[in-house]
Amino acid sequence: MGRIVLEKVTKSFGDVEVIPPLDLTIEDGEFAVFVGPSGCGKSTLLRLIAGLEDVSSGAINIDGAEATDTPPAKRGLAMVFQSYALYPHMSVRKNIAFPLRMAKLDQAEINKRVEGAASVLNLADYLDRRPGQLSGGQRQRVAIGRAIVREPAAFLFDEPLSNLDAALRVGMRLEISELHERLKTTMIYVTHDQVEAMTMADKIVVLRAGNIEQVGSPLELYKTPRNLFVAGFIGSPKMNFINGSEASRFGAKTIGVRPEHIMISSDTGPWSGTVGVSEHLGSDTFFHVHNTGLAETVTVRADGEVGFRHGDKVHLTPREDVIHRFDDAGLRIT
Amino acid sequence: MARSVTTQRKAINTLIAWTIGLLIFFPILWTILTSFKTEAQAIASPPIFLAFDWTLENYSVVQERSDYMRFLWNSVIIAGGSTLLGTIIAIPAAWSMAFVPSRRTKDILLWMLSTKMLPAVGVLYPISLLFVQLNLLDTRFGLTLVIMLINLPIIVWMLYTYFKEIPVDILEAARMDGASLREEIIHVLTPMAVPGIASTILLNIILAWNEAFWTLNLTATDAAPLTAFIASYSSPEGLFFAKLSAASTMAIAPILILGWFSQKQLVRGLTFGAVK
Repeated sequence: MGRIVLEKVTKSFGDVEVIPPLDLTIEDGEFAVFVGPSGCGKSTLLRLIAGLEDVSSGAINIDGAEATDTPPAKRGLAMVFQSYALYPHMSVRKNIAFPLRMAKLDQAEINKRVEGAASVLNLADYLDRRPGQLSGGQRQRVAIGRAIVREPAAFLFDEPLSNLDAALRVGMRLEISELHERLKTTMIYVTHDQVEAMTMADKIVVLRAGNIEQVGSPLELYKTPRNLFVAGFIGSPKMNFINGSEASRFGAKTIGVRPEHIMISSDTGPWSGTVGVSEHLGSDTFFHVHNTGLAETVTVRADGEVGFRHGDKVHLTPREDVIHRFDDAGLRIT
Repeated sequence: MARSVTTQRKAINTLIAWTIGLLIFFPILWTILTSFKTEAQAIASPPIFLAFDWTLENYSVVQERSDYMRFLWNSVIIAGGSTLLGTIIAIPAAWSMAFVPSRRTKDILLWMLSTKMLPAVGVLYPISLLFVQLNLLDTRFGLTLVIMLINLPIIVWMLYTYFKEIPVDILEAARMDGASLREEIIHVLTPMAVPGIASTILLNIILAWNEAFWTLNLTATDAAPLTAFIASYSSPEGLFFAKLSAASTMAIAPILILGWFSQKQLVRGLTFGAVK
């Protein structure tokens, strides 16, 4: 069981308030992702939950028990670090067994659990190696193994994939998601990569400067971003923002149109411009269209087959049913 | 062409290195050579390098006149004891300075170092008085304590530098894994810092072994270590160079052998973290 409730939690380092009063509930078994640009306080928030930092005020409740002043070792949480943080002087087996040894389990039980974790994570052949003899992906698996043997109330992941190369990252992303499906344990995952957030989360918490901008499922955030920041942060490529008379036509200060909601053609459409850079991904092509009079660049996502060249004159048609409207304060108009 | 230049340069570098090495080693070599001469040959002018009558007489005289083993044992106890005690105190101190620094940590470190810049003789009187009051004069315990305190700043500084190299993530991981502070230090920090701790211990043993100021001033007979043993041969009734050299050779031999066997560890420890 791992329901985690934060009540009016704040954190200051000296005079700098990193987390202003914040309330958040993570339900048992949920996969929650904290996402935001670097310096937004997402790692600090995770470390507050872990107990590696003390809260300046407010309360943290884990599993129905007050845990604000509980030391990290007693919170029943397991953490996977960005740097893996394996013990370099211990074999893989000893690394994974370490939390069990600290919990004073008997040797037979330790062996059983270590073997179990190793087979789940495909580490059985590496148990007697040192971390230094493993690849990045294997090291990350050991770190995860060390976390799962404890059967914690919740897993905390601090940007666990950012040291891996792109291909490995996609693989590990799937493995972590599968692990969550199998264990059904609460997971809190910190990342600056919105693709990771979208693909893995049950619930995304978007943070900016320590403030929660929005909490919701990936699709809620994609479909109904609460403000300009969330609208711009979620979705790739980024949403196009248009001000001025075109926005006024929709009764808004700013309108937002996602690149995938704009049709591009050579002859018809209410907006027009010239093609700048095209990014060919094979399945899709992203066109960066200039001189539209709307915004400096309008990004359009088209089918991979569509072929416009640099300098071509094109027409754009936004899907009006999915245009996002924002008011003067940057908040969504519903 | 390029290859021959490299070889030539290598030869020159080797030559320079050997010359400097021999220059540094020469006084020790000369002491050892002198210890095998007769007193007359020891002061002969021009000095005799190798062509003398090798004799072990000085060693037997020295051994007859004073009990080498007792001095050696005192040195071992004092150097080993002060190092052990100092390390036990310094590990937690360096841990807290490296991993939970306060606003004053840097100041404290500098202040500790500044005590090393103080001329020792400046505190000779108060320390001697304390020793008299506490009945510590000429005791191994007293000397161990004083030498430990004298070298403690260096031990803390060295360990602090090594600990700073250890990623804090790993210690936090241990904390998350349920380790208490004691378990964190014993199972994670110390094994990771072994090269650093080992070279700190070695260096400290050497410093404590060679410490002469305090050992000469605070001991007479019971607790006198090898430094006092050497000093007892520079007698006012006349210089006995050969016997002094024999005594010196016997005093430095143990530490020289220790240094020789641990040189790899020492160099590795002293350059720890310098090269990534």
